[in-house]
Amino acid sequence: MPHTPPNEPVELNEDEAALLEEMPTLDGVGQSRRDFMVTSAVGGIGLFAANLLVQESALAHMPLAEGAAMAPIKAQNVVKVSLTINGKPQSLELDSRVVLLDALRERLGMTGTKKGCDQGQCGACTVLIDGERALACLTLAATLEGRKVITIEGLAEGDQLHPMQAAFIKHDAFQCGYCTPGQICSAVGVLSEARRGHVSHVTADVGTGTTSLSNDEIRERMSGNICRCGAYPGIVAAVQEAHSGRQSAQTWQFATETQLAAVRKETGHETV
Amino acid sequence: MRPFEYVRAENAGAGVDAVVGAPGAKFLAGGTNLVDLMKEDVERPTRLVDISHLPFHKIERSRAGLSLGALATNTQTANHPLIRENYPLLTQAIVAGASGQLRNMATNGGNLLQRTRCNYFYDTAMPCNKREPGSGCGAREGLNKIHAILGWSEGCVATYPGDMANALYALDASVRVRGAGGKERLIPIGDFHRLPGEEPHRDTVLGHGDLIVAIQLPVASAEFARHSYYLKVRDRSSYAFALVAVAAALRVENGAIKDARVVLGSVAHKPWRSAEAEVALKGQRLGEAVFQQAAQAALQQARPLAHNAYKVELAQRSIVRALTRAAHLA
Repeated sequence: MPHTPPNEPVELNEDEAALLEEMPTLDGVGQSRRDFMVTSAVGGIGLFAANLLVQESALAHMPLAEGAAMAPIKAQNVVKVSLTINGKPQSLELDSRVVLLDALRERLGMTGTKKGCDQGQCGACTVLIDGERALACLTLAATLEGRKVITIEGLAEGDQLHPMQAAFIKHDAFQCGYCTPGQICSAVGVLSEARRGHVSHVTADVGTGTTSLSNDEIRERMSGNICRCGAYPGIVAAVQEAHSGRQSAQTWQFATETQLAAVRKETGHETV
Repeated sequence: MRPFEYVRAENAGAGVDAVVGAPGAKFLAGGTNLVDLMKEDVERPTRLVDISHLPFHKIERSRAGLSLGALATNTQTANHPLIRENYPLLTQAIVAGASGQLRNMATNGGNLLQRTRCNYFYDTAMPCNKREPGSGCGAREGLNKIHAILGWSEGCVATYPGDMANALYALDASVRVRGAGGKERLIPIGDFHRLPGEEPHRDTVLGHGDLIVAIQLPVASAEFARHSYYLKVRDRSSYAFALVAVAAALRVENGAIKDARVVLGSVAHKPWRSAEAEVALKGQRLGEAVFQQAAQAALQQARPLAHNAYKVELAQRSIVRALTRAAHLA
């Protein structure tokens, strides 16, 4: 590993820098590590979506390796779409195939919305469209003319976390965190639906309905969000607290400097 | 995903024309099934005609009963006060399906047109007469746990996977369709989906360019409101397709069954209404013995495959259970 001075942003590593030098057509596509990785993935099959983006077609003129499964291609059937994302107007020109998820992540650099299964089964890409939770992976960006999208990046107000975000932290409602943005956006939608008296599969009488959610109701309504780490107990607790306002005790706390120092001393490590 | 031309329909007529004008064109509404199938390379439209903004969102009383706009979402439909009060079976069926996110996106028209979840239909490396007519059926002699036990053909053993249509069938709904010339027609929901026969690639009777504009529920079906139940049995308790589903609806007077509907889901290429079960119920007094007879009658013609014989008994028990719940006997 090349030595990286602390407190400086990591950019390209040696391999990436060497590749960039060997591939002059990449020059000028951006200096950040992310831009490089996105562009270098254009010829790959796995990151197919990346080559649909109009501005990221730097590889389009490069000769293909013999036997390459798929030719890098330029954007086709370009569609103009104007929408609002987290309160900010955005005008995009996109290949008609680009879904909202890829437009957010690869075009706008908003990587808070996560790509899980990319086929509507896991909920990791959940965002709010005109206030309703929806899956960004199955929403063609072209269809969003005039619509208002809220992503995980748009929930907080400045440094003030959205109550659902704060509840997720308080209840330790995640482990790896990958499904968390989708879980939180979905939970915000669930609460909005509950306020309007929406019913669910576990609602005893759909004729009368209810605006108060039991934990069973929360589990059912959140079933479109899969958590591989199995943080469900914390998720249900967080959603319940945000929904009912009933405060339950936080079961963890940050270690103090004294505690950290004691651990360092015990283990003989200089840093923990 | 293969390239396609995106067209935003100005109005219904222009939308229909845009589809009629291209053999490979398809309408796009919620996209929850179509976009997924395009990513899987199962659906390969050359043109998508976006109709999602057209004015077919209303749920309103009509002369015939209640009209559900084709573009009203599943969520809007399930939670509409008139549906919950008069057709709770439909609400139960809708909320038994998919996830909250998908129900917010999915439209009523699109829900009817969702395609089978047969694994061989989804896997482009496998033969499938539905996906590629003439290529054969991988499921007939393959893994067919989730497949049909009724009405299948040698060419296709896939099931219709939806929930909403099962309830609509029990409620005698009709589908209002606008054809290529602008003329509208009503198709009873029972005639809307097809059995596979020799043409498994045709899920419904719709022709190219036919646009669903509404679903109509008759006033009389509200009489089932007090005695109806949607039972869905699946591999997990939420967010999964049915192994067997039952839409049961009864009209009861003084403890006797005046009218009955029994529709099975996920057992055939279309929602399967059992006339045999309904005959066995009509005129009888509510009770488990009668429900058992109806259940036996409903599955008499069943032809299970290698891995789905369990569906016969499961369907019978589910019918009894659904009728028992509809009758408030449990």
